[in-house]
Amino acid sequence: MKDHAGARLIKDMIFKCAVCLFAFISLLPLYLILYYITKNGIMVINWDFLFSLPRPIGESGGGVFNAIIGTVMLIILSCIMSIPCGIAAGIYLSENKKGKLSNTIRLCVIVLQGTPSIVIGIIAYLWVVAPLKTFSALSGGIALSIMMLPVIIKTTEETLKLIPYHLKEASLALGVPYHRTILKVILPSGISGILTGILLSVARITGETAPLLFTAFGNQFMNMNILKPIDSLPYRIFYYAMSPYPEWHSFAWGASFILVVLTLALNLFARGISVKWKIQF
Amino acid sequence: MALTASGGFIVVLLFAVFATLLAAAVASIKEFGLFFFIGKTWDSSTETFGALPFLVGTLCTSFLALLISIPFSIAISIFLGEYFKEGAVSTFLRSAVEVLAGIPSVIYGLWGLFLLMPAVRLLETQIGAPPHGVGIFTSSLILAIMIIPFSASIGREVITLVPGDLKEAAYSLGATRFEVIKNIIIPYARSGIIAGILLALGRAIGETMAVTMLIGNSNFLPTGIFSPANTMASVIANEFAEATGITASSLIYIALVLFFVTTVVNIIGTYVIQKVSIESSKEVT
Repeated sequence: MKDHAGARLIKDMIFKCAVCLFAFISLLPLYLILYYITKNGIMVINWDFLFSLPRPIGESGGGVFNAIIGTVMLIILSCIMSIPCGIAAGIYLSENKKGKLSNTIRLCVIVLQGTPSIVIGIIAYLWVVAPLKTFSALSGGIALSIMMLPVIIKTTEETLKLIPYHLKEASLALGVPYHRTILKVILPSGISGILTGILLSVARITGETAPLLFTAFGNQFMNMNILKPIDSLPYRIFYYAMSPYPEWHSFAWGASFILVVLTLALNLFARGISVKWKIQF
Repeated sequence: MALTASGGFIVVLLFAVFATLLAAAVASIKEFGLFFFIGKTWDSSTETFGALPFLVGTLCTSFLALLISIPFSIAISIFLGEYFKEGAVSTFLRSAVEVLAGIPSVIYGLWGLFLLMPAVRLLETQIGAPPHGVGIFTSSLILAIMIIPFSASIGREVITLVPGDLKEAAYSLGATRFEVIKNIIIPYARSGIIAGILLALGRAIGETMAVTMLIGNSNFLPTGIFSPANTMASVIANEFAEATGITASSLIYIALVLFFVTTVVNIIGTYVIQKVSIESSKEVT
């Protein structure tokens, strides 16, 4: 009898150890990725790498300044296009919890969220690049804004759901028109959650390469015109990584380091906001 | 009014996406029809297009990745959902998994290209396979690493939803923790865990950059798990920028299939998760 219980306890111990082991083995890749990016990336990064343009192969030096500017421009473009629409749709969903249109929108958000980024790239190509007959920053921005939309809508809806109903009732009872209630009461009380959502969606698109392959395309030179091809950090990493030159490989590591720091900072910042300004009622 | 408009815009957007893909793929659909899915040759010089190699490539890489990732993701979900619900260890593991989810796909590709690929090549020379380095196995490994966070976070949520009185009842009968997990938690959370794995599968099918960099870009039917291949997403990434006419149309046909498959997988997964969480919220009240 006692032996039986002992066997069960041993089995329990073995299982616990196995769970812990597997859980921590899966951290090994993360450690290796961060280690190699830091090791190989830090060496490359200096003033010249951050603030000069790529040079043709054969000339040493050069940097990724245009790619950094391009990434920033793409982020700004896609924010301009997706934030107003995303927040408005989120408000609609939280105001109309039930109803045919709301359920359809929720379904569409789920589908959009799961759509592979490469398919969105093709869509932006067909909508913008093919009619304008040139790769452009604008098309890249459109592709990325389609990817941002579902995240913004979802977080806005989730945040506004938490706001108590009596807040809105009190405002309406004072005779404040509906649209002012939304703009001045509902939105400000949910602003932290919405900001978190926006930052998370920006973090999501910062590293996206697939939709940019045939929209923003990449550019060796500095470009500020949104109707011309533009460079971006993830595209530059891809381009350098697939090239046969060791010097470009080390540039790819350097650019990766910048990109990882950027996305992690955005994620941390988003988390910080949601913790610090948590909605409390 | 503006709210309804932007809500409706999302619906219109999705339909426009579908309609655009369909319209652009129509030339290829007319030409090849359903034979597209069983054709083995993909040759733009003779304009014969069959997507079977890419379908096989996508299926092999995503299911192999799923197979590799399942033990790890379930271990993480049990670890975070049952053994260490809070505390420093749990916070550490959870944030580490979130960081893993936040790393861009192209960086996984870069890392795989310079570290995983030589390792796989070494393994291949050890066991006597042709030492390509790149191929289905390498892509599956990197995909597995990329999808662990998704199924793990959903699995954790579902496991924490298991009602406490069920577990307590089992403990009071003298069950060990392993028996509680095996007989109470896993059966109760099964559908949710499966839904999480399904959503991870959706990610794996649509994942482009890391796979494109590691799959070896070969348009022939793969012969083994170490042979180079192409997935549906990677062939689009590799060829679409230079494609015109019927080639472009066929690539968009592939994109349409990809869109359709991921949509179905996602809807089923999300539906199951919603059902699970509604049921458990009913039981609490």
